[in-house]
Amino acid sequence: MNTPIAQFINVGERTNVAGSARFKKLIFENDYETAVEVARHQVEGGAQIIDINMDDAMLDAEDAMVKFLNRIAAEPDIARVPVMIDSSKWSVIEAGLKCVQGKAVVNSISMKEGKDPFIFQARRIMRYGAAVVVMAFDEDGQADSIDRKFNICKRSYDILVNEVGFPPEDIIFDPNIFAVATGIEEHNNYGVDFIEATRLIKTHLPHAKVSGGVSNVSFSFRGNNPVREAMHSVFLYHAIRAGMDMGIVNAGQLTVYSDIPPDLKERVEDVILNRRDDATERLLDIADEYRGQGGKKKVEDLSWREAPVEKRMEYALVKGIADYIQEDAEAARQQFERPIQVIEGPLMDGMNVVGDLFGAGEMFLPQVVKSARVMKQAVNYLQPFIEAEKEEGSRAKGKIIMATVKGDVHDIGKNIVGVVLQCNNYEVIDMGVMVPWADILKAANDHNADIIGLSGLITPSLDEMVTVAAEMERANFTVPLLIGGATTSRVHTAVKIAPQYPGPVVHVLDASRAVGVASNLMSEELREDYVTRVKVEYNDIREKRLAKPKVDRLVGLDAARQNASKASFETYTPVKPQFTGTRVFDDYPLEELVGCIDWTPFFRTWELAGTYPSILNDKVVGESARSLFEDAQAMLKQIVDEKWLTAKGVVGFWPAQRDGDDVRLFGDENRDSQWSTVHFLRQQVQKRAGRANDCLADFIAPKGGPDDWLGGFVVTAGHGIDEHVERYKAAHDDYNEILLKALADRLAEAFAERMHQRVRTELWGFAKDENLSNEQLIKERYQGIRPAPGYPACPDHSEKVELFRLLDATEQVGVSLTNSYAMLPTAAVSGYYFAHPEAHYFGVGKINRDQLEDYAARRNVSIETAERWLRPNLAD
Amino acid sequence: MTIAEKTDVADQLALLADERILIMDGAMGTMIQKEGLVEADYRGDRFADWHKDLRGNNDLLVLTKPEVITGVHEAFLAAGADIIETDTFNATRVSMADYDMQEYAREMNVEGARLARRAADAWTRKNPEKPRFVAGSIGPMNQSLSVSPDVDNPGYRSVTFDEVMASYKEQVEGLIEGGVDIILIETIFDTLNAKAAIFATEEVFEEQGARLPVFMSCTITDMSGRNLSGQTIEAFWHSVAHVKPFAVGLNCAFGAELLRPHAVTISAIADTRVCVYPNAGLPNEMGEYDETPEVTAGLLKGWADEGILNIVGGCCGTTPDHIRAIAEAVADNKPRQIPHTEPVMRLSGIDPVNIAVVTPVELSS
Repeated sequence: MNTPIAQFINVGERTNVAGSARFKKLIFENDYETAVEVARHQVEGGAQIIDINMDDAMLDAEDAMVKFLNRIAAEPDIARVPVMIDSSKWSVIEAGLKCVQGKAVVNSISMKEGKDPFIFQARRIMRYGAAVVVMAFDEDGQADSIDRKFNICKRSYDILVNEVGFPPEDIIFDPNIFAVATGIEEHNNYGVDFIEATRLIKTHLPHAKVSGGVSNVSFSFRGNNPVREAMHSVFLYHAIRAGMDMGIVNAGQLTVYSDIPPDLKERVEDVILNRRDDATERLLDIADEYRGQGGKKKVEDLSWREAPVEKRMEYALVKGIADYIQEDAEAARQQFERPIQVIEGPLMDGMNVVGDLFGAGEMFLPQVVKSARVMKQAVNYLQPFIEAEKEEGSRAKGKIIMATVKGDVHDIGKNIVGVVLQCNNYEVIDMGVMVPWADILKAANDHNADIIGLSGLITPSLDEMVTVAAEMERANFTVPLLIGGATTSRVHTAVKIAPQYPGPVVHVLDASRAVGVASNLMSEELREDYVTRVKVEYNDIREKRLAKPKVDRLVGLDAARQNASKASFETYTPVKPQFTGTRVFDDYPLEELVGCIDWTPFFRTWELAGTYPSILNDKVVGESARSLFEDAQAMLKQIVDEKWLTAKGVVGFWPAQRDGDDVRLFGDENRDSQWSTVHFLRQQVQKRAGRANDCLADFIAPKGGPDDWLGGFVVTAGHGIDEHVERYKAAHDDYNEILLKALADRLAEAFAERMHQRVRTELWGFAKDENLSNEQLIKERYQGIRPAPGYPACPDHSEKVELFRLLDATEQVGVSLTNSYAMLPTAAVSGYYFAHPEAHYFGVGKINRDQLEDYAARRNVSIETAERWLRPNLAD
Repeated sequence: MTIAEKTDVADQLALLADERILIMDGAMGTMIQKEGLVEADYRGDRFADWHKDLRGNNDLLVLTKPEVITGVHEAFLAAGADIIETDTFNATRVSMADYDMQEYAREMNVEGARLARRAADAWTRKNPEKPRFVAGSIGPMNQSLSVSPDVDNPGYRSVTFDEVMASYKEQVEGLIEGGVDIILIETIFDTLNAKAAIFATEEVFEEQGARLPVFMSCTITDMSGRNLSGQTIEAFWHSVAHVKPFAVGLNCAFGAELLRPHAVTISAIADTRVCVYPNAGLPNEMGEYDETPEVTAGLLKGWADEGILNIVGGCCGTTPDHIRAIAEAVADNKPRQIPHTEPVMRLSGIDPVNIAVVTPVELSS
């Protein structure tokens, strides 16, 4: 009479917009009829529970969850199995729980945000009558070691069972399955960590169960299904023996453990059980033998595989398909006499096609970076054969040293240029970030470089580039110097850098120009003409600049101060913040930030011009933008779900008084003990009548006026990124590396945006009733501003030091400053908060020597030091 | 009244249920039918000018014909019922929309509970040895959370969980204010509606800081043994066990004969008391129930002998005579022993799934 008791439970994973491209497409197209079939196949294929996940930044996940659950409730052959309501958002989980008559499983909750929300959610789940998956996650992050996994599960268990009264048999722990064989040594034990944590949980936490997302373990073998399936089977075999009760697996894609070929099984077991140091290499050695034996995607058009190998390689390079490149490289190697000829022949031919298409505007940067990834993998495959021949490597078109200069840590743009150059057969020696000039020069000598490329994003880097140029002159260099990066310009290069160095100095506007510039410089025929042309052009710029009667006539500092903006404190009474001092946000939920992302700058990073979302349908770049956006969404989902990044932030508010162009901050509301001063600069450009010479200090009430406050913040979304960047580096995957960095930057900006919103409506609360859409937010239709030190309204980067001290930012959120005041991690944003309704963004622009001297005195530094800080703003 | 004022109902009920099989009352609806009430009776003076027909709104009678309802309670108490049900089966905002009487839903619950309370208390005073209890009747509603009313649009729902939950919450609050001892969620043909009722009940319990015993009673509507939303009785049990009911079981739809296999099932798996109150057989071609008290009582006596009953009564068509016969038939039977069950994860879709713990081959030290 009783239903038999099941042993290991397969949870179907295909009804997941993140796990199944097909399902995602159906849901996005609102084709629920067909989406229901995906669920049916899962159940028919043996899934005993179906996991349903609608988390996607572009989807109203609550709505999709409700629609889908209601729809499958009408299908008895699907509705017979319990559902697992899978979301990282509590609201989606709750919406799902309101749709299921059966006893479902919630996937998942954790102590990520502390004990209180955890208890709250557990109580609600009990009230809805569901079981629960608890992630091994706490305030300090996701558990990776055996001890952390077990300790968090034990703590969760004790709270659930003893404090909440949750039935222990309804608790399922997910102690986090992470990818092994990633090439990173610390990851090698992840399989063992999970298995042994499972054994501890099952031994010490009565009636609790263990589950996990099995496909994670084989992540690094994406594209090789037979090896992945073998890894899943082996992993499950050992995990179940340790007590694993259920797993999210594609039931239709599991090899039977005993059917795995012995050689493969042994090597997979070495990897899963971390039995030998070279386990990963040994599995990689044979992985390709098994590739393609399993069921491939049926819809994929593989007709291009029929073409001769040269054409196949060209196709793979143009389309950025890496799946077959090693196979093809091997086939080509057999055809040619020497392996080097494969690179010089078909691979270079293919890359030339890519280069031509890119040059013609028919391919775009994201695709080119994908092509480069294919190229790198092919070269990587061929390298050992070439070395075995003891032949010299392919003669590259030229050797280029690339570096982000000392004090600067930004490298997305530099990496993109590097990739594009490599695609075009330049050998790039990438020195990374924060590279001192001495190292750059040494490397150029050691490698006998043909060109040096410098990159930087923050304004102090401009000075550092001047220094590098001057040092190159001292060391009698003659090689061309290329300058690039967001704050660099042709004018700055011509006026400030070129005079320091007699060799060719060229400003490179963006990655698409890099190849043109490099090939001109490397061409025997073109070089001389080109260099002369640039020199003439830059001299022209310089002369015009110096001779130019100042178009922007500057007024004296006193006159400028007379014309200060009269921000009214009669009609506006400053609102007292909810607290003074600082508040730290440790591990801010990434989910909350995803919706605040401003995507337009993301596409700009990839040199795709246009405004989001219309760029997705752009006639020229739309296809490229869509594909990039899809990849970004998929990675974003992983970043959030697997917690690749940790967002931390600190905000502070201080009683403040304007004093001239400075703002004095006080330790308390008595305002008698001053404890800091923030220094601002004033526009000196001659203004039309009725226009003020702005200075941020003007938006703070002076002494004798009403009580007023200044705020400050530092937020970052960059913690944790290094591990993943390393992983992509190890896999020669520039595309994903750049994508990840660009997304981290977007998340940091989104965090700043979100925090500003919370400051306005809640933390400071001067605009409690604000109700704006994301679009309105991006257009900044709100009261108050958050200018950042180093940007136009307050261009002195060095003021960050005091801001960071006030916020204790390095200690509290782990963001530090380089000697050029760049922030580390790079995905970070800092700034001030001004609440005055008339506060607005502006550029300080050029300032006169009188303000420089005044500023040096206010900052109590030498004129030289102030000059260095303010150089970009000093009038010529 | 609040729950806190009820001191020891659950304990008292539990002690009694350990000793003997408890008797519930019989049909309210068919008893009212016999009164032959007309539109004017339903309206009373208060709703004489109501803009909609009110005949058939049996819950309204607690306001307009309270003497009729009290009479039904009296009759079942006299027949020996330990537990009588309030006349509030449909008294929710959602169901009362049929009559535009949403605003009176709460009042009906309060008054319905008071009528039953007064009747029960009078009998308890007469014979303190046989205390009488009032179960607040919570029906399934006229709208379903699991089934689309539109055959062409199976994903559509005419009502939301939050609406149903809020509506039930108002009902539970009214019933408790009127003084019920038991929350009886019955005639469950849509388990999701019942889960919303559980959610509402738990919210009220939390707000009042105390609990009442809860009964959950499922209605199997077809011969394949499933309720209207498709669940088997075992799947149903998995879906509602989180309320830790004082009793779980079946009522309505079938007579005892056809209900038996499902009663046996629930009796085997539920680690709580089992209550069953079947119809007086199946209705005849005139829509009348003609199974005699002796037949009904005889069948249920057989169940009691098998040891599958803790609480028993009658649903549609059962009269005070049926209840008297049942009470007499099972008077000497021992109640069912509550089985011990293993702590297994019990999930469900429309079918049940039991998941045992996988024991490690080697334990950790």
